[in-house]
Amino acid sequence: MRCLAVLVILLTFLTARARADEPASLPVKEIAPGVYVHHGVHEEATVANEGGIANIGFVIGDAAVAVIDSGGSPMEGRALLKAIRQVTALPVRYVINTHFHPDHVMGNAAFAGAEIIGHKNLPMGLLARRATYVANYEVVFGTGSAKDAIVVPTHLVADRESIDLGHRVLEIRAFPTAHTDSDLIVIDQSSKTLFAGDLVFLERTPAIDGSILGWLKAIAQLRQIPADRVVPGHGPVTAPWPAALDPEQAYFELLLRDIRKLLADGGSLQQATDTIGLAARGHWRLFDSYNARNVTAAYTELEWE
Amino acid sequence: MLAFIRTVFAAVALVLIGASAQAYDDPWPDLQEALFPGKTLASGDAFIRITAPERAYDAAVVPLAIDFDLAKMQGIAVKTMTLVIDKNPAPVAAVFHYPDGTANPSIGTRVRVNEYTNIHAVVEAADGRLFLATVFVKAAGGCSAPANKSVADAQEHLGDLKLKVPKEASADQPSKIELLIRHPNFTGMQMDQVTRNYVPADFIQTVNITHDGKPVLSIEGNISLSENPAFDFWLKPKSQGVLRVNAEDSNGRKFERVWMVPAAS
Repeated sequence: MRCLAVLVILLTFLTARARADEPASLPVKEIAPGVYVHHGVHEEATVANEGGIANIGFVIGDAAVAVIDSGGSPMEGRALLKAIRQVTALPVRYVINTHFHPDHVMGNAAFAGAEIIGHKNLPMGLLARRATYVANYEVVFGTGSAKDAIVVPTHLVADRESIDLGHRVLEIRAFPTAHTDSDLIVIDQSSKTLFAGDLVFLERTPAIDGSILGWLKAIAQLRQIPADRVVPGHGPVTAPWPAALDPEQAYFELLLRDIRKLLADGGSLQQATDTIGLAARGHWRLFDSYNARNVTAAYTELEWE
Repeated sequence: MLAFIRTVFAAVALVLIGASAQAYDDPWPDLQEALFPGKTLASGDAFIRITAPERAYDAAVVPLAIDFDLAKMQGIAVKTMTLVIDKNPAPVAAVFHYPDGTANPSIGTRVRVNEYTNIHAVVEAADGRLFLATVFVKAAGGCSAPANKSVADAQEHLGDLKLKVPKEASADQPSKIELLIRHPNFTGMQMDQVTRNYVPADFIQTVNITHDGKPVLSIEGNISLSENPAFDFWLKPKSQGVLRVNAEDSNGRKFERVWMVPAAS
């Protein structure tokens, strides 16, 4: 009997290990008919979270599927593909990258055969950062793990474009520099869902890697877009619209006002990073990791006014 | 997201904290001998204060200030100041040259820091004495960090010069003035988007500042200065006059601008 128990335990262990090598299907929520989103955790990329720190999703039409942001690693991309296959056999014809940050594009390699769409500035921005992203990725996931992981969009959007998934049109719009200089949004007309990419942050501290003034202008433009819900790049998988813009707008306006005042008073960059933005601390996750960098970016932008 | 960059900072921090617990592999003795052969460097702690954030928020934009306590400088007329970021690939970040009669040689600027390192300010007095001040900064990756948050903007504004003069500046009073230069200051260690090679170094090499035709400050720069080099310096204008800035980069591009300082009232 003991032999049998040992055998059972051994078999369970072996099959469990075999299953661990195959990606589990990424958990996704259907936030509107045919619109699915996976929730990214408010952490830095780790082996445990597979780099899954951004919201990524897909939309299913009558003929094809479009992925919107592929994830923070090829593993996460493969897990997303599994999640897609659990609900449809339709081909993934498009992968849309909302901008070049690694948590949104490092899953591209999992979607061979799909057309990868991005802002016209995305290839330049991603390739300029490629060595840094590869080095950072390999610190977490191991030497050589990023080989071939960076796949650049070939279908570039300069202004606006529509793609049809089969009686389901997605509108893609390029923005001037805001969160980065490669920001795109995607609007699903059928469900009036806006995928805002990192133009909208909730809960997690927004990261300015573009222009604070440009981002505030983008927020004003986004408010003009009618939608029933928004998928932010970070935060809950679906959020009320346009109310989802309010917290980040308040944060940026705080930074703008206080930095301009400090600049007018002749204050230094060091003083700015030491004192500005702290009132917002209680409202955002990972605040201490990102606020001072935001202040640095905004100060060095605004000192040119 | 900047998450990956944060991750590498954290990882490098852990490695380097471990390393420094054992020994800080100190390049300074060799650097000092190479830059100031055979010279004695006295401590400048009595009158020089060098400050930088202990842990930099952005390794490519680290604010650095060297402030002189004028009351404690009897008989010391500062002729040059050399800033050395010991562990950077190009350790000499800048050399500042001061004319005779400079009232206040204090300087502020922003630098790239590539790994945890001491930063040294070596001050040369007119009588040949050398003085040293040091600060330790924790940062990583400043020289290889990607540049240009907005590439199109950077190209359009290359060479723009901006001067910030306090509103209350007046003749015969010292004022702290800030000079900003729009320039990518490519280090030669950043990756090029198209060729997949390194973007060649392209950086501000010299800056000359004069007021009313008389020298105020000259700066020799290098790749350890941040993108969009910024300098604060002190000026005590005898009277209202033209402040002229001439800058040249390593590709021979020249930039020039003039301002009336103090401004016309």
